[in-house]
Amino acid sequence: MTRETLEKAINQMLDEVVTLGSLVEQAILQAVDSLKERDFEASREIYKADREINRRRYELEESVISLIALHQPVAIDVRVLTAALEIFTELERMGDYAKGIARINLLIGEEKLIKPLIDIPRMAEVTADMLHRALRAFVERDEVAARAIPGEDDRVDELYNQVYRELLTLMFSDPKKIDQANYLLWAAHNLERVADRVTNICERTIYVTTGELVEFDRSDDELETKSGGPG
Amino acid sequence: MEINTLGNYAIEVRDLSVYYEDFRAVKDISLLIERQKVTAIIGPSGCGKSTLLRSFNRMNELIPAARAEGKVILEGNNIYDPKVDPVEVRRRIGMVFQKPNPFPKSIYENVAWGARINGLKGNMDDLVEESLRAAALWEEVKDKLTQSGLSLSGGQQQRLCIARAIAIRPEIILMDEPASALDPIATLRIEELMRDLVENYTIIIVTHNMQQAARVSDYTAFLSLDESDRAGVLVEYGDTQSIFTRPAKKVTEDYITGRFG
Repeated sequence: MTRETLEKAINQMLDEVVTLGSLVEQAILQAVDSLKERDFEASREIYKADREINRRRYELEESVISLIALHQPVAIDVRVLTAALEIFTELERMGDYAKGIARINLLIGEEKLIKPLIDIPRMAEVTADMLHRALRAFVERDEVAARAIPGEDDRVDELYNQVYRELLTLMFSDPKKIDQANYLLWAAHNLERVADRVTNICERTIYVTTGELVEFDRSDDELETKSGGPG
Repeated sequence: MEINTLGNYAIEVRDLSVYYEDFRAVKDISLLIERQKVTAIIGPSGCGKSTLLRSFNRMNELIPAARAEGKVILEGNNIYDPKVDPVEVRRRIGMVFQKPNPFPKSIYENVAWGARINGLKGNMDDLVEESLRAAALWEEVKDKLTQSGLSLSGGQQQRLCIARAIAIRPEIILMDEPASALDPIATLRIEELMRDLVENYTIIIVTHNMQQAARVSDYTAFLSLDESDRAGVLVEYGDTQSIFTRPAKKVTEDYITGRFG
């Protein structure tokens, strides 16, 4: 196994991370869209997409384990490969969140939505965009971007708070709406978690570029304590 | 360079340059070697790793026209001071070579010989057993101590050479590619032995095998060639974990990841 083989394998792995990332992005956007449009068929498609995401994740994980065993990488190589292992897990979990949102659509069933969805699709757009750029930063080893993106989580938290307050008001005004409001809150919470996991990806990128394991402040920790939102 | 230490160095190298006639093989090396640790010297072929190692016990003097400038300080004394006896230096700083080189004598004599000419008084049988045990060879040879050292396998011969080095009770053991002529199992035994020996000795090892450096050493010194005059220079020195996971210099990273060298 030569240097060139390892280099090629790492580059191929990075390409596949981008592909996996775009599958996850699509799943998030489509899951929210299916909820908004009450499209059950589209929600069921997300289940399929999630199985594909999981399959690819394990395939990638195996290939990275093989690279570690065969090449015994050091320095930047070992940092990229171990960071990739973390990122696969993050992406798979994000896929699970998308599936969770698709499931909510199915659980709400034929019932009419208690409110038109505006902020939840916005949250989905912001988080999917953050994810897209976080993965690009990882692949391009762009430390500046990796340090900047986690700050955008505040926008997601803001939207989440807005959704939370609105749904709470609806629950108080009409207890019959509690069930669905709870489901919608759950969907918003899933998106908020996706944004947190984007931050984890950025932390790994900083590890790749600097060798430092850093942890960004999590503004949502505070939020969770304050709101007692779903964990 | 900063190294965590109690200020207790086995060797202090200051501005050391080693010449072969007019050619400067290594230049301006300053290095603090930690006591009772394994320090690995790595770097591309021809960068002066072995030259540097041999300068720690004045072995280069056996090569005509070799000379050293700068200081190698052992317990406060520069070993290149004219008053210092090189034989005494080599007693305190033992050496194990790439190719196992036992004497064509019995296993027992291989170990006892150095101690005897150094005037050891005391029980020779005890010393031989103790040295062979420390070199993790006793169990394999205890019933055939009178057999020739050359009858042993390569890995056993190398451990015999380590026992021989230990028998004269050095403080420091220099190892120049000690496992490069051995198979993987014998290599692993030597590496394990090194980890046992640092309980009592300071070990400095030159190795081409970077994974070996990563496995056995506490500190790693990376040497490279200065392209302007082809002299070996110290590029980076630090704890092995940092060198292999996040080297500070690009050239170190390029070398250990196999991009050059």
